[in-house]
Amino acid sequence: MKWLYAYFKPFRGRIGLELFIKTVATLMDLCIPWILGHIIDVVIPSRSIGLIAVWGTLMIVCSIVCVAGNISANRLAASVARDTTRNIRHDLFARIMSLSSARTDSFTAASLVSRITDDTYNINNMTGRLLRLGIRAPILLVGGMAITLSMDVPLALVWIAVLPAAIGIFIAVSVHGVPLFSRLQSSVDKMVQVIRENISGVRVIKALSRTDYEKQRFSWVNDEVSANEEKANISMGLTNPAINMLLNIALSMVIFVGAYRVNAGRTGVGTIVAFTSYFAVILNAVLGITRIFVTVSRAAASAKRVGSVLYDEADLLKEESDETARAFICFRGVGFSYNKNRENLSDIDFELNRGETLGIIGPTGSGKTTLINLLMRFYDTDRGAVLIGGRDVRTYDSGELRSKFGVVFQNDILFADSVRNNVDFGRSLPEEDINLALECAQATDFVNGLPKGIDTVLNPKGNDLSGGQKQRLLIARALASKPEILILDDSSSALDYRTDAALREALRSSYAGSTVITVAQRISSVKDMDKIIFLDNGRIEGLGTHEELMKNCAMYRETAELQMGRDINAAE
Amino acid sequence: MPLSDKTERPKDIRYVLKRLWSYLMKYRLWLLAALGLNALSNIFNLIGPVLSGSAIDAIKPDGGTDFAAVGRYVALMIVFYILSSLLSYLLSVLMIHLGRKITYAMRQDAFDSLASLPVNYFDRSYAGSIISKLSYDIDTVNTSLSSDLIQIFTSAITIVGAFVMMLAIAPVMVAVFAVTIPLSVAVTGFITKKVHPLFKRRSAALGELNGYAEEMITGQKTVRAYCAEEEMTGRFDVRNEEACRSFYNAEYYGSMSGPSMNFINNLSLSFISIFGAVLYMLGRISIGKISSFVLYSRKFAGPINEVANIINELQSACAAAERVFRLIDEEKEDANDAVDKDASVSRTDVSIDRVRFGYAPDRPVIHDLNLEVGEGAMIAITGPTGAGKTTVINLLMRFYDPDSGTISVGGVDIRSVSRDDLRRLYAMVLQDTWLFNGTVYENIAYGRPGATADEVEAAARSAMIHEFIIRLPQGYNTVLSENGINISKGQKQLLTIARAMLCDAKMLILDEATSNVDTRTEKYIYTAMRKLMRDKTCFVIAHRLSTIQNADKILVINNGDITETGTHDELMAKRGDYYRMYMSQYK
Repeated sequence: MKWLYAYFKPFRGRIGLELFIKTVATLMDLCIPWILGHIIDVVIPSRSIGLIAVWGTLMIVCSIVCVAGNISANRLAASVARDTTRNIRHDLFARIMSLSSARTDSFTAASLVSRITDDTYNINNMTGRLLRLGIRAPILLVGGMAITLSMDVPLALVWIAVLPAAIGIFIAVSVHGVPLFSRLQSSVDKMVQVIRENISGVRVIKALSRTDYEKQRFSWVNDEVSANEEKANISMGLTNPAINMLLNIALSMVIFVGAYRVNAGRTGVGTIVAFTSYFAVILNAVLGITRIFVTVSRAAASAKRVGSVLYDEADLLKEESDETARAFICFRGVGFSYNKNRENLSDIDFELNRGETLGIIGPTGSGKTTLINLLMRFYDTDRGAVLIGGRDVRTYDSGELRSKFGVVFQNDILFADSVRNNVDFGRSLPEEDINLALECAQATDFVNGLPKGIDTVLNPKGNDLSGGQKQRLLIARALASKPEILILDDSSSALDYRTDAALREALRSSYAGSTVITVAQRISSVKDMDKIIFLDNGRIEGLGTHEELMKNCAMYRETAELQMGRDINAAE
Repeated sequence: MPLSDKTERPKDIRYVLKRLWSYLMKYRLWLLAALGLNALSNIFNLIGPVLSGSAIDAIKPDGGTDFAAVGRYVALMIVFYILSSLLSYLLSVLMIHLGRKITYAMRQDAFDSLASLPVNYFDRSYAGSIISKLSYDIDTVNTSLSSDLIQIFTSAITIVGAFVMMLAIAPVMVAVFAVTIPLSVAVTGFITKKVHPLFKRRSAALGELNGYAEEMITGQKTVRAYCAEEEMTGRFDVRNEEACRSFYNAEYYGSMSGPSMNFINNLSLSFISIFGAVLYMLGRISIGKISSFVLYSRKFAGPINEVANIINELQSACAAAERVFRLIDEEKEDANDAVDKDASVSRTDVSIDRVRFGYAPDRPVIHDLNLEVGEGAMIAITGPTGAGKTTVINLLMRFYDPDSGTISVGGVDIRSVSRDDLRRLYAMVLQDTWLFNGTVYENIAYGRPGATADEVEAAARSAMIHEFIIRLPQGYNTVLSENGINISKGQKQLLTIARAMLCDAKMLILDEATSNVDTRTEKYIYTAMRKLMRDKTCFVIAHRLSTIQNADKILVINNGDITETGTHDELMAKRGDYYRMYMSQYK
């Protein structure tokens, strides 16, 4: 968790001030019992009302300084916690947004969500508590130690002797307890998974009447979480009573040893009485340190999880490459595998000129989306090269590369924001481009029918729209920036044929300059493309125009005949 | 509009406490045991100072010390302290156990409620904010219950004990507390009143932040594709700022309580010493008594101080508990059901009579839908995007209820049978596939627990996914997880089709179930399904007209109304909407 220092550093001035104020306030806190002792031992026997008033007032002044100092220090601590947390969260979010797909796959989205929510929250709590108690408890401990040492060295050594034992208990408990907390965290992850599945699958679960089973399934993970929680807490709960016992035994021993020293005339009874009253302070200080320790060790797990994302080695960096090509888009001998075991794409070779259109079609699981992933460099190829504009995609800045594209993914999502913002998507596009895109995506009519038109705020994930309406907004988003390359990955599956045909017509007339790549299931969506690739099992089975493929590619022809029936010849 | 926690009904502490109390009361014996242990442990702890006092009294300077007495008292002290520590550990184990039971129950209640909520709740809410209620909020309540509760008991006992002792020593000096106790009550009251809404806002802001983070991380690939990382980070910052600021605001007042209580204690200490000194000069009290009074006033003050610290945590626990209870109390799906126990559905003909429905009252999606479907018929629904096709399915399955009109199955109004019984009649495949974290086998068998391996395999074969499955690393036992194997949307659809085929329901609903499946595969599936569907009533929604050509009846829906009905041949002959849609495939 060393990386945290970098986040505290900008606030070292405020942290220093906070620690200083806290120290002063704590010293005041230590003064008050001393003044009290002085009043009892010296002032009262002197029977002077004036002195009593002076020392009494001093005590009240100390109390006021103490309360003012502590409150302002606590507020400073909260402000430091606020600012560091804000910065950590900001950096973490920015980092997550830029993680490569391969890294996102390996972290998993769910775990990233919990890192930015739960884990940063834990760090926030730790920061606040550390600043509030981190200085107070040690000062009380050191102060108590110093005062008792100044009163009687051997007696002080008696209780100081138990401190190593107390430290030993800390260490033993945390060595045992911290792994228990890690196990707790992973069972919590499992529980969250079940909740998440129940939220996303609510229709299926209800349709299959498996609600009771889901309740049962939840009760299993719930039970596991509760059991792990109990184990972890019980082992951590040992610290307080154990420390309490140790220090109280030390106190008893102080009295016992003290008896000999008083008897031998080396010290007074008053000292033993003073020792017992300082003991309360010392005990609280040690328990305070324990609490800090527990907080820090719990937050350490969180800090590790956050740090591993923040400082995750960047991949998909800019690289040198000598590959060149004349064509606008070129796949050259490309092979790729997600798990580096079985290839998902093999020997992919094709070229596409600027302004041309490409259709990709093929059976389920044949690698159509993977091809898009490589083109946009969400993953790097294992073999061969992907070139755009004559340059290897690996030589582009990611921003430069991505700004060429407008894309609709297979499982693309809409956000809980207005229709306009969903289409604009933070790019501050001109109004007329947005309207043109909506128009071309055949979305204008239904958008105008929404309660507030283009300013209507959608439900999370666009849940209040039909599948086809969602797809039309997603297409509008892809079109709005007039991209050089437009990618539609199976994104008209929920559109009826007529809407689909109107969309293709509008694309031809309004976005003629764009190179369009369409992944589709329907022959009708791709048959007018300049080139069509038929993929099967990660390999190109056929490449050419509709007419060529109808002649040369048996699988393509079979698909076409199935979809269009026997009327196909009649229609043409 | 998304459900926002800002629009929750105004907070009501009494309601929250009452609900919490009802959970505690389920374990009242445990609670009593805890109280008893706590009392014992504290009394043992209070005996300590008495013994140490006696030991000190036995110490005399210059050789007069009674070492036997000192040894005896010290030994007793050690015994009592050990006992007290043991008891307090036992107590915390007990409380942790109690906390476990209660949070288990709360979490289960919250989930059970969640599972029974109507579909529209999920359509409106962020997954992130629901999850934070079940994990983070309940966790907060748990921490508070298992530690703060003990603290309060301990404090109560110590306060009463110390107060009694002080009364015994010097009743007059107790008058000091007549000033400081009302003061601390006032301060606590002030802080509590200030802080409760701030803690509520803090939870809400955190929920909002979590929801946004969840949404953006889910759509991260899209964000990157559009180079919108910076813009989205900027929007995240707005929410982050709000969450951090509301954290600070709550803390601003919350962190006052500790020092303020400490101040009041110091103040009373000052008053006691001044007042005591004056009394001493009037000859009304001895120095020894002042000293013991001070010791007890410290004991008295310590716990009050603790209570103030705990109040902070209780505040956030209350805010969290309130969010959980609101979820538990959310109106259930069957809250207004008038189920007729005798009604049972034996036939599967479906009749839809003058149904009108809209997701928002002022925006009807379906105006006046009438439809008769014979038993075993295959009905296809097609029409332009957004025409209301999926809405019909939502109504058939009772995910939503019509605003007016009735739907009956086998002559029985579907509102008079339980939702479970109704839904059991259907097997359903949706366009948005749903697979859970489990093996392929479990996912297919989900709809029919207890299906044999042969049956599962047969279903997978009919759904054309068997070949794919056996090529997976662990075949049917491969775990489908988020970061596991890459599986395309089409393959997911095939898996859910296999699930539906295994279901053995009387009716079947396919909502764009094969939209991402290639046509060749689709053809095989439909051949297999046709065998399966022979005497089942079946609703198919599809755009691909080849999918629905063989339906007994095709409905063309537009703007929530049926515009055409008939078989494929009839509709083609009619040369209307259907004909135009059909012909547009070839353009």
